[in-house]
Amino acid sequence: MTEPVTDPVIEARGLTRRFGDLTAVDALDLTVEPRTIYGFLGPNGCGKTTTVRMLTGLLTPSAGRVRVLGHQLPRDAERLKRQIGYMTQKFSLYDDLTVAENLGFVAEIYGLGHRVARQRIDALLSTYALEPMRNRRAGRMSGGQRQRLALAAATIHEPALLFLDEPTSAVDPENRRDFWERLFDLVDAGASILVSTHYMDEAERCHRLAIMESGHKRADGSPDELMAAMGAQVVEVEAPNLRALKQRLSALPEVISAAQLGSRLRVLVADRIHDPVAWLRTQPLEPVPTALESARPSLEDVFVTSTGSHVGTGGQRA
Amino acid sequence: MSALLQSVRRVLAILSKELTQLRRDRTTLGMVIMIPLIQLVLFGYAINTNVRHIPAALVDQANTGLSRALTEAVEATQVVRFTERYVDIPAAQDAIVQGRVRAAFIIPPDLSQRVARSGSVGAGLATPPSTDEQTSRPVAQWIVDGSDTMIAGAIKGLRAMPLTELLRRPANRTTPTFAVALFFNPEQRSAINIVPGLVAVILTMTMVMFTSAAIVRESERGNMEMLINTPVRPLELMLGKIVPYIGIGLVQTAIILLLGHLIFGVPLQGSPLALAVATLAFIGASLALGLVLSTIATSQLQAMQMTVFILLPSILLSGFMFPYEGMPVPAQYIAEVLPATHFMRMIRAVMLRDAGLTEVAGDSLWLLGFTLAGLLVASLRFKKRLD
Ligand SMILES: Nc1ncnc2c1ncn2[C@@H]1O[C@H](COP(=O)(O)OP(=O)(O)OP(=O)(O)O)[C@@H](O)[C@H]1O
Ligand SMILES: [Mg+2]
Repeated sequence: MTEPVTDPVIEARGLTRRFGDLTAVDALDLTVEPRTIYGFLGPNGCGKTTTVRMLTGLLTPSAGRVRVLGHQLPRDAERLKRQIGYMTQKFSLYDDLTVAENLGFVAEIYGLGHRVARQRIDALLSTYALEPMRNRRAGRMSGGQRQRLALAAATIHEPALLFLDEPTSAVDPENRRDFWERLFDLVDAGASILVSTHYMDEAERCHRLAIMESGHKRADGSPDELMAAMGAQVVEVEAPNLRALKQRLSALPEVISAAQLGSRLRVLVADRIHDPVAWLRTQPLEPVPTALESARPSLEDVFVTSTGSHVGTGGQRA
Repeated sequence: MSALLQSVRRVLAILSKELTQLRRDRTTLGMVIMIPLIQLVLFGYAINTNVRHIPAALVDQANTGLSRALTEAVEATQVVRFTERYVDIPAAQDAIVQGRVRAAFIIPPDLSQRVARSGSVGAGLATPPSTDEQTSRPVAQWIVDGSDTMIAGAIKGLRAMPLTELLRRPANRTTPTFAVALFFNPEQRSAINIVPGLVAVILTMTMVMFTSAAIVRESERGNMEMLINTPVRPLELMLGKIVPYIGIGLVQTAIILLLGHLIFGVPLQGSPLALAVATLAFIGASLALGLVLSTIATSQLQAMQMTVFILLPSILLSGFMFPYEGMPVPAQYIAEVLPATHFMRMIRAVMLRDAGLTEVAGDSLWLLGFTLAGLLVASLRFKKRLD
């Protein structure tokens, strides 16, 4: 089977899933280009897992059209299975099997030949630093170790497209960097990846990302594009009583949000104000800020502007 | 690699995974051995359809040498054991109501006259002669707690007790109407009938229980989402899940029959091949039934409840407890659907009545059909979807 080289690996139009009255995913449009890491950023319950399940063919959409690797879903879900890997949010390998047994089982199920399977397992064990715990039962490993095992299992058949649902929720920042190095290695080897997360630092590493909120896509683009098109400017403010100042600032309609970061306030001001630092100086603030400085927008700022209660004031809407 | 070979490899992968998990699950493994062991010993000894030593009360209003001889003669039958003695009938009735005794034996004050009268016509009680009201009066009376029909039946059996010894007459004065020759279990030991039946009951319990949890367990432990994302097919999953338990079923059968032979002297009269065929067919049917339940249940607890739902009729309607022929026809129809009924018939035929392959062919084929249908239904019901 050949992977389409230039066609999008995922194309969804109007993808919708309802559970009774609740619309978990609402008319989602999604395009994922080959050999990219596409991020899915959003708070708890916004529909990330539901979307991934529809894209892997495990859930039937209530409405919408989906093509994944050229296969129409849900009709051709079975044919898709060999070409995709899926790392579930909850650990789904067997707790009572060892690392090697789990990988061996998955290799057999995917029909890898015995020799190939052995080579793949050895390679994966060393890639994901699991060699020392080859014979440890999965249930007795730490959360981060288990997530590395799950990634190894999801990639054992060298899928063209990989779905990772919050793959690093239990991984410490140090190991998370290593984990992402491995993801980039996979992309270099020709794979495409869709990864859901609620970590900003992870989202920032994606080639492209979608920001989700309660089933809707609020923004879609590369991290730089999103920051450039944020529709808000960032000012960092220092003052004696930050909590009181924060309340005053939040009351202003032009201020999208004000969040305390250590000894400073990070204030997002709507784009219609031309010079936010000068504008803030003219405001009758109590207490009076001791320092005002404009700052570079971060992805977190994008997230706040596109999902917060002030959503109407900015952000590139989908 | 051909598609079939791939398919076989996936079945083997599931199978060896199940075996590994089973090996690590000490509790379940223990149950595999202990359930047949304990139940065999327990039921083999406890279930006794020959009622003996029923606790009874004695009201001896005659209190003569003759009445004491009569009491001894009744106790010598071993059907009852006199645990209480009362002077009047109401006290004995109270004892029955309170459940201290199941029956009361009342010897009237005029026992000697009654015995003399019955003796004067030269016949035992079994054949009350003539039309004479006086001479046909029984010598004593039983009051019985009739709620348990088995106990009542046993005491009714005493009605025709010969009094030859009591009357110092030569035995065999009464000629039975029928001659009865008991084939296959001449000593009338319950264990002979119970032990083969136990194989059916225990296998129903363990086989249905194991597989009814097999699929839901994957869901409950969160493994299902991974499993259904792989190329594994439903039928492959089902086969891989049940094959390990066929071995377990055979081991359990061997334990029960071996111990049944050693402890209770239960023979194997028929052909071992017929026994193997019948057992395999029954194991297959029970496992397939469990799998179907497993695709219906949404939790292991539900699976367990469904197992009990199957187990009870398998004990009560299959012929294990009560003769199949004695049940009303609608109950017989229900019983026919249960795999245990077919197996009960076969294993008793093979073990106790020297039956061979031809005798078990019909029921075995029925169970084989049941197995295939079960597998098919379970595979069709199993969806590789989360919705
Ligand atoms: N099977 C289901 N039945 C009913 N409601 C469901 C089901 N699955 C998900 N939901 C609901 O759909 C919404 C989206 O759930 P989903 O699991 O997709 O969120 P998520 O973005 O993955 O959240 P998290 O970050 O916590 O994993 C939630 O409100 C959830 O309660
Ligand atoms: Mg989720």
